[in-house]
Amino acid sequence: MRLRTSATLAIEATDLTLAYQQRPVLWDVDLEVPQGVLMAIVGPNGAGKTTLLRAVLGLLKPAAGEVRVFGRPYAEQRRLVAYVPQRGSVDWDFPTTALDIVTMGTYGGLGWVRRPGVSERSRATAALAQVGMQDYADRQISQLSGGQQQRVFLARALVQDAQIYLMDEPFQGVDATTERAIVDLLRTLRADGKTVVAVHHDLQTVVDYFDQVTLLNVRRIDAGSVEDVFTDENLRLTYGGRVAGIGGRGNGRASDLSA
Amino acid sequence: MSAAQVDVLLVALVVAAACAIPGAFLILRGMAMMSDAISHTVLLGIVLAFFIVADLNSPILILGAALVGLLTVALVEAVSRTGLVREDTAIGLVFPALFSIAVILISSLAGNVHLDSDAVLLGEIAFAPFNRFAPGGVDLGPIALWVMGAILIVNLSCTALFFKELKLTTFDPALAAALGFSPALVHYGLMGVVSVTAVGAFDAVGSILVVALMIGPPATARLLTDRLPHMLGLGVLIGAAAAAGGYWLARLLDANIAGSMATVVGIAFVLVLLLAPHRGLVATARRQRRQRWTFARQMLLIHLATHEGTPSEADESRPDHMQRHMRWPAAFANRVVQTATERDLITLENDQLRLTPQGRVEARTAALR
Repeated sequence: MRLRTSATLAIEATDLTLAYQQRPVLWDVDLEVPQGVLMAIVGPNGAGKTTLLRAVLGLLKPAAGEVRVFGRPYAEQRRLVAYVPQRGSVDWDFPTTALDIVTMGTYGGLGWVRRPGVSERSRATAALAQVGMQDYADRQISQLSGGQQQRVFLARALVQDAQIYLMDEPFQGVDATTERAIVDLLRTLRADGKTVVAVHHDLQTVVDYFDQVTLLNVRRIDAGSVEDVFTDENLRLTYGGRVAGIGGRGNGRASDLSA
Repeated sequence: MSAAQVDVLLVALVVAAACAIPGAFLILRGMAMMSDAISHTVLLGIVLAFFIVADLNSPILILGAALVGLLTVALVEAVSRTGLVREDTAIGLVFPALFSIAVILISSLAGNVHLDSDAVLLGEIAFAPFNRFAPGGVDLGPIALWVMGAILIVNLSCTALFFKELKLTTFDPALAAALGFSPALVHYGLMGVVSVTAVGAFDAVGSILVVALMIGPPATARLLTDRLPHMLGLGVLIGAAAAAGGYWLARLLDANIAGSMATVVGIAFVLVLLLAPHRGLVATARRQRRQRWTFARQMLLIHLATHEGTPSEADESRPDHMQRHMRWPAAFANRVVQTATERDLITLENDQLRLTPQGRVEARTAALR
């Protein structure tokens, strides 16, 4: 089966509705991600950002709606999508090395039972180098700093050599060096025609780091290019009027106020 | 050693090795207590299967036990998924329920069968040699050895075949699912292996001590290594060593063999907890002590370097000033000065501490860090 990448939209989710125990977490949400963009998903806590990513990945079954990746269901397009979960979602005390974690990114290509070999490990080594972590390959993962752990996760996604990268708060709790490294990496990915969708919390940096944004609070408030959509008015709608002027466009950048 | 003793020891070794392998993954998944639950509820499977086949040696019993083991896992998940009770509470609710059904069934319906609750809880490995596997009259050793040997081989080959899947679903089930591996399938596969191992093992060591052999050795191994394959290998070795040591202890004390084995597992864990090279409590205490002295010495050097060549130098460099400035007790301050002098980092002349060139270098590097 040939994997299609020719359709215009990298991800197209329509009418996505998801509930935990009858309480809607996503309500009739559309997500349209054109190919080759960096898109931020922005919204308050409990807005369903992580849920949206997990629904796209087929990890959660929506009550209604469907998700298409380059025009086809996710299950047929797995190999085109790489996933960077929140760093805190795993136990970093797991007894293994940074290189081994990155090698996990190759498992999808290997399928069941086949074990990673020399070529998988050398690809993983190259991915580690790409995020500046080549010196930490043999390091026990619990000894890495938060930023280094995040970079290991990014390397694991890079080794998947996907078209679409879904990242859940990649900038969460990382140092300035790592933040810089991640931004550079995002731009490299975009230059290579890849698509990145990242849950993002820091409203100050949305304009600098991303070119598209989806504003989410259980419902989709708005989506589109940062210039058009990331306005104070929209942010007020998204955050329920609790924040004013957090760096949205519209009445200038009031970045001295924060949430 | 008599032939029977060799048989007992062999069974003990194989049981311990077979238990340590799935146990390592239970620990890493934070599910150690599931081994407790499963090792009890499999009894219900055995009883139910026994009512169907009416033969205590039928392999159907193991199948029944494995199915009830999986049922236990499913029920625990169903109860905790309600969001009303936590998973450990769910375990505490489900397994006594299933186990007590089994106990009632045994006491009321199977009273005249050799299937009593004492043997289930404590097992009796000493009887293992009397139950022989002798197809066509040829004696091939105790049945328990064959059963547990087969289970050990199954555990080893499952782990070897699905090592990558077990590792991935344990570390990051979400990524595993996104990549197209089924974490649920691996989970239930592992739980099936735990169930089968528990059934095989409890005949020998009883359901309570199965937990000791599943959790103790891999938990001990984890303190000694940061690599999963080493943890598995060491877990098997530690389990086997504890089994052999426990057998020896039991003969020495003329005590219950399974109990002695579990005791040795516990002793091994405590010893490693104290003495493990990097993570052990002794090593940690030593390291902290050493760091305390190093830190104090560096504080002294940096203090002297800061005031070197300043008007207040004469005052700041008196040894008794250190006691006030750093709030060090006199004995501690003297000891810091003494070790620093021994290392040629400072000199003490006319009640004045002075940095040596070497001390100046060390003060600078310490301050830079």
